[in-house]
Amino acid sequence: MPVKSVETAYDHFLVPKQVMISKEQAAELLKKYNLTLNQLPKISSKDAAIAELKPVKDEIVKIIRNSPTAGKTVYYRRVV
Amino acid sequence: MLMKKIVGIEFSLLSPKLIRKMSSLEVKTPDTYDKDGYPMESGLMDPHLGVINPGLRCKTCGQRMKKCPGHFGSLELIRPVIHSEFGKRIEILMRGTCKECGKISLPDDKIEKHRKLLKDDTPESVTKKIVSKANLVKKCPHCKAVKNKVLLDKPTNFYYNKERIYPTEIREWIEKISDSDLELFGYDAELVRPEWFIMKVLSVPPITIRPSITLESGIKSEDDLTHKLVDIIRINMRLKDNIDAGAPQLIIEDLWDLLQYHVTTYFDNNTAGVPPAKHRSGRALRTIVQRLKGKKGRFRHNLTGKRVNFAARSTVTPDPFIKISEVGVPKKIANELTVPERITDWNKKEIQKLVKETEEVVYTIRPDETKKRVDDTNREEIAEELDTGFRIERKLRDGDVVLFNRQPSLHRLSMMAHSARIMDGKTLRINPIVCKPYNADFDGDEMNLHVPQTEEGKGEAKELMYVRNQVISPRYGAPVIVLDEDGVSGAFVLTMNATEFTREEAMQYFFEMGIKELPKPDRGKNYSGKIVFSQMLPKDLNLEYKTNLCKIIQKTARCKECTKEKCKYDAYLKIKNGKLLCGVVDKSSLGEVSGQIIDTLARNYPSEVIEEFYNKINRVVADLLTKRGMTAGVDEYEVSDNIFKAKEKAVGEMHTKGKALTDKFEKGTLEHLPGKNLKESFEAKMMRLAAETKKKIENQIMKEKLESILKEEPRLNTMIMIASGSRGNSINLMNISGFWGQANVREGRPRRGFTNRLITLNEKNDVGVEAGGFIRSNFIDGMNAKEYFYHSMGGRQGEVDTGVSTKVSGYLYRRLANSLKDLVVNNDETIRTASSELVQYSYGEDGVFPKNTVRGKNINIEKEAKDFKE
Repeated sequence: MPVKSVETAYDHFLVPKQVMISKEQAAELLKKYNLTLNQLPKISSKDAAIAELKPVKDEIVKIIRNSPTAGKTVYYRRVV
Repeated sequence: MLMKKIVGIEFSLLSPKLIRKMSSLEVKTPDTYDKDGYPMESGLMDPHLGVINPGLRCKTCGQRMKKCPGHFGSLELIRPVIHSEFGKRIEILMRGTCKECGKISLPDDKIEKHRKLLKDDTPESVTKKIVSKANLVKKCPHCKAVKNKVLLDKPTNFYYNKERIYPTEIREWIEKISDSDLELFGYDAELVRPEWFIMKVLSVPPITIRPSITLESGIKSEDDLTHKLVDIIRINMRLKDNIDAGAPQLIIEDLWDLLQYHVTTYFDNNTAGVPPAKHRSGRALRTIVQRLKGKKGRFRHNLTGKRVNFAARSTVTPDPFIKISEVGVPKKIANELTVPERITDWNKKEIQKLVKETEEVVYTIRPDETKKRVDDTNREEIAEELDTGFRIERKLRDGDVVLFNRQPSLHRLSMMAHSARIMDGKTLRINPIVCKPYNADFDGDEMNLHVPQTEEGKGEAKELMYVRNQVISPRYGAPVIVLDEDGVSGAFVLTMNATEFTREEAMQYFFEMGIKELPKPDRGKNYSGKIVFSQMLPKDLNLEYKTNLCKIIQKTARCKECTKEKCKYDAYLKIKNGKLLCGVVDKSSLGEVSGQIIDTLARNYPSEVIEEFYNKINRVVADLLTKRGMTAGVDEYEVSDNIFKAKEKAVGEMHTKGKALTDKFEKGTLEHLPGKNLKESFEAKMMRLAAETKKKIENQIMKEKLESILKEEPRLNTMIMIASGSRGNSINLMNISGFWGQANVREGRPRRGFTNRLITLNEKNDVGVEAGGFIRSNFIDGMNAKEYFYHSMGGRQGEVDTGVSTKVSGYLYRRLANSLKDLVVNNDETIRTASSELVQYSYGEDGVFPKNTVRGKNINIEKEAKDFKE
């Protein structure tokens, strides 16, 4: 892995991409997996990885990770 | 199903009020039974506390033995005693508060400051802060009373200002502490008042918890808890009598302490600093804590681990003549285990015959669930009565599906389904090939057998757990149930070019395989080993690859170009239409993970094929090796003069190089390695030097010994084992024939021993090759005293490591497995916990089941491409 200058933690290659998803998307997600909000995996609103996104409690974060077996994978967490 | 969500668990104490309220009887007499054997009224065996005699009715709830759950009683203690488990908590409260006013011994503003801390700190740490400060205060800031030091003599004796302070006084003190102050000590006064730690009333458990046992001789024997309660009541009464009689304070205090002792041991008979209460025989009593705690306690012994019916356990012994999916069950066991069978229109006749003519059927069960035992007197009669809808229970017989298991069950493959095969003898028999998944050997291992009792159970076991379906590992998608050791060596010998059989010999092998169509002899009148081996393969098998032998040869002499089929070492294997054309069969064909033949047979054919293959190769190889022998003599490890000279030379050179390094080190002119200091660099260089020297000679020895394999008649069985990959490697050979090299302790040269030297045979501060643990001898010649000592230092580490790592990794694995065991893959491919909380959106991020992969890859591209071309 070539060493790139890292300005913030978000630039680091080990930090996966994190996006807040909209209310509609959230509703769709819950419907797709037949979930209630508190069955989702959690993430702290103070977590350094999402602090910049200004998360609000009970919003959902979409995390796009690189996976050695599956290429890119998507994961969702509820902000607590 | 109605499900409720657990929001939290609250732990609290039974309040004295609650103890009295739930008590169905106040126990007053220390006696259990009167002289006629009837329970004493308001004694410990009073029928108000529950019933243990069949037929009697409970005086509290009116129910019979199995229905009455038992009822608690209560016991009023004349003087309060401290609950021994809470001594520490009482001490904290006393240290933090004032004896006179019960307030926290800090100014109000400071108390408020700590109250604010509660919001984002644990109550424990807040309490700790308060107590450490309050403890230093000399005078109460609220009532100005002098504050003295509190001392706890564990578990229950308290001293205030170096004078004994008794539970009554402590109780009064703690009662004064306000609810709001208690919050700072982590108590919710709604649930627990800490003065309950000092007991005025004791809850007496129901008889059902401490039943008395009537021995055969008619003598009644009481439970340990009852004994302990008798002691408590006795002392309680004596204390009362003494107080009423106005006995001197000293005597009362002694009895009080005795009461305290009995109550302490009633809860925990292993309290530190308290001698355990003994039974008359000298055995320590098993009181409440002992009942719950530890391996033999209620949790681990009775709740987490339970015994089951329809199971058997015995030593396992090998039997290579049964199939891999079979298990040999002794007649004695088979006669005890039963399988239920439902009578239908189709099997009615058959079962009637079974009942009439054999002893196979043990019970019949009518549709109304009445059970009848079949014996010689009622055989005919019962057979006539049988009809559709009846069930029978028959003895285990050949072909029944059973589950077989060896602990520790770390694996899916630690429990597999087998077909029972009833045999003589007293041990359970397994095919040695399935040792591997179970991690079993035959030095006395015992295994468990379970008989599924329902059609669903049998079906599930056979579909999901049957041995022959488990050849490919569900963990990494490569073979795990494979031939090893003798199997691989034998296959290697069988398929070597030098192996040739006469017609008679070959016929014996074909017979063992059960071959009906004979192949044509390929070497004049004789059969080659390759032809014999080919008979085990399916007729449409095509494979081509480099063998393990090739890998080993490449280590010593690299081929310029691969000649493939024409490989002079016979290290290139090719199977065409089920015929082994060239190459020898070794670990790369049959071994774990890499075994290509096994991989292909298990993956691309019905599972019967791989089982058949194992049955055939097992027998042929066992027979071949029995006739030929697979053993090693000392002469196999002799080396030529050339090697001996090379070895002497290399070791000599190493010594000169080592001397040069040592000189440089001592002068401090040695070049540093990156990230290492002088000493570390020196050590690393010395290690490297020794390793290089060893490698050089190792390769020479391998090269010389490998030639023997390529001769007309390979003689060195050690080399057959190494080349086929069945056991041993070049390092083992080097240690026997070459030299041992550097002794290793914790990834470096050994350093611990005497002051500045390893043993007193060396000069002090000598860091040279010889003094640093280098061993120039080998196992054949033997080591000298010094070398033997060095070797033992390394050997000791190995011994310790195996012990420690099995322990550590075992526990680590257990914790991991326990945390993951309730996770389930759902129909929508998500992974969820028992309460439907989501863990993964798709199994393993990619939704792939590794068993269906080729060594973790979704497809084997090379193979697919090749198949496509053809």
